[in-house]
Amino acid sequence: MMISARNITKRYTLKGTPAVFDASFAAPPEGITTLLGPSGSGKTTLLRVVAGLESVDQGQVLFDHRDVTRLPARQRGIGFVFQSFALFNHMSVRRNIGYSLEVRGVSKADRRRRTDELLALVQLEGYGDGYPLQLSGGQRQRVGFARALASKPEILLLDEPFGSLDTQVRLELREWLTQLHQTTRLTTLMVTHDQEEALELSQQIVVMDGGRVVQVGTPSQIYDQPKTPFVAWFVGTGNVLRGTVEGAKITVGSLSVAVPSGVPDGSEVQAIVRPHHFRLEKNGAAPGRSVGTITRLVGLGGNVKLQLKLPSNQSVTVQLSRREAESMRLEVGDSVTVDLAEAKVFVANYSI
Amino acid sequence: MTMTESWPVRFLLIGLTLGFLGLFVVLPMLSVFVEAFARGLGPYLAKLMQPDALSAIQLTLLVASIAVPLNVVFGVSAAWLICKYRFWGKSVLVTLIDLPFSVSPVVSGLIYVLMFGRRSVLGTWLEQHDIHIIFTTPGIVLATIFVTFPFVAREVIPLMQDQGNDEEEAALTLGASGWRVLFQVTLPKIKWGLLYGITLCTARTMGEFGAVSVVSGHIRGRTTTMPLEVEILYNEYDTVGAFALASLLMFLALATLIAKKIIEVSQHRT
Repeated sequence: MMISARNITKRYTLKGTPAVFDASFAAPPEGITTLLGPSGSGKTTLLRVVAGLESVDQGQVLFDHRDVTRLPARQRGIGFVFQSFALFNHMSVRRNIGYSLEVRGVSKADRRRRTDELLALVQLEGYGDGYPLQLSGGQRQRVGFARALASKPEILLLDEPFGSLDTQVRLELREWLTQLHQTTRLTTLMVTHDQEEALELSQQIVVMDGGRVVQVGTPSQIYDQPKTPFVAWFVGTGNVLRGTVEGAKITVGSLSVAVPSGVPDGSEVQAIVRPHHFRLEKNGAAPGRSVGTITRLVGLGGNVKLQLKLPSNQSVTVQLSRREAESMRLEVGDSVTVDLAEAKVFVANYSI
Repeated sequence: MTMTESWPVRFLLIGLTLGFLGLFVVLPMLSVFVEAFARGLGPYLAKLMQPDALSAIQLTLLVASIAVPLNVVFGVSAAWLICKYRFWGKSVLVTLIDLPFSVSPVVSGLIYVLMFGRRSVLGTWLEQHDIHIIFTTPGIVLATIFVTFPFVAREVIPLMQDQGNDEEEAALTLGASGWRVLFQVTLPKIKWGLLYGITLCTARTMGEFGAVSVVSGHIRGRTTTMPLEVEILYNEYDTVGAFALASLLMFLALATLIAKKIIEVSQHRT
């Protein structure tokens, strides 16, 4: 089932900026779409609007071609998973999972059969008679998923489902969700502030900032063709270099970045450089062309992250493979020359 | 935390605390029972069996059985309204709930006399339709409700605010109706706080003197509640009678304390 949001505006207060402003996107059937953005960007509000937990001031929500904008949450036929798990702690795990069936008047025997299926699906066989508070965080959230799936909804909505879990468990559950999605093929809409999670899990990403949808695209579109400096910076940590175009390039300190043709001389532009787009060369190779000094160098497993101080006093983050760094024998204090052939350049008037 | 005070300081502090509690709390409490049983168990029971005493006990129980359930319904609805919805004037409502705590009970009683009394428009109208509020049981019930309505709401609101709304919203997305959410999700979540509120509310309802005294009219055997009857008996120099009835209220207070303790322990366990 396709989820479409059309020009959604939601205000919590009469005055002041709206939490969501004129937001539109469509989540394709059977795919995982993520709403990605920093806190306060309106992503959770937009998800709650789709769920029917929040009313809208303007705009429409459609499930396929059906307008559900005025339909209460309990009639939308969705499964919702909360960051806080939101389990009913006074009910057994089994009753939690079967709650949507209990509400619909499904017989006890059928409920038992279905909850057994779901306990198996979320790998919690044997935990049915326990209570939520006896489970670990990861197990609780799997109960949350099972409960949301019990009545066979056609849409699954996830509000930072891994947000209150430890890194280790989070990575496990992320893997588990991919498998779950492959078996259920449910149209899934997930909120996250974690760009890695979004890039890894989703077929489509909706990037939000300040209550607006900034870009909608596949993970590679978002990463490789960011529409604004904000998207480039938020997804994939881009370094921002500002400069004035002169002869189809900008110069930052002694560093030159080529600008796409068509940008007139004299325009203010911002160049976005991914940490791994820097090509470094140790200074010895070309004396007198030094463009930066290494101020910090940290090993991160197979990669090395370093801070480079440019003559303009701006610091940029650079990432190299460990092998590359070791073969050049890079150390803190070294001067290096930089090649920026892969930098993305944005024309001015975009703001960060 | 470790104690760093030297032992004389410790003894002084403990002594002061115990002395104060003994003098102002334990001793008066004991004296109630001593006075009540001054002539033994027989006269004590006989005093309690007197028709006026019995009718006072009856009236008190009747008032409590009406006022407490109404305040439970009111308290839970007010808490629900305040915690689950955003609306204009919410902070005014929260302040209003506290009003009976800050108004003297006597004034609360007077408000009702002014509202329903013969000199008011409403009172005249009611009189013409043969409805009597002041100096009757309904008046006592109304005044009691007014004085005791913050107890349940005050206990439940912070609890609900603290627990948030996620479970309720989860139930909604699972297809539950509003009533089902209330009975299967919200009430189980707040049950210990609610029970504590009910206990306090009951104790205060039975013990209320000021407001009830103003609206009751002190008609013996008809509109005197236990605290009012205690005062009348005491003024008539019937010490045993007064203290016998007072001892019942004291038992109620002790029962409330025990209930409070049990609720706290159970709450801790879950």
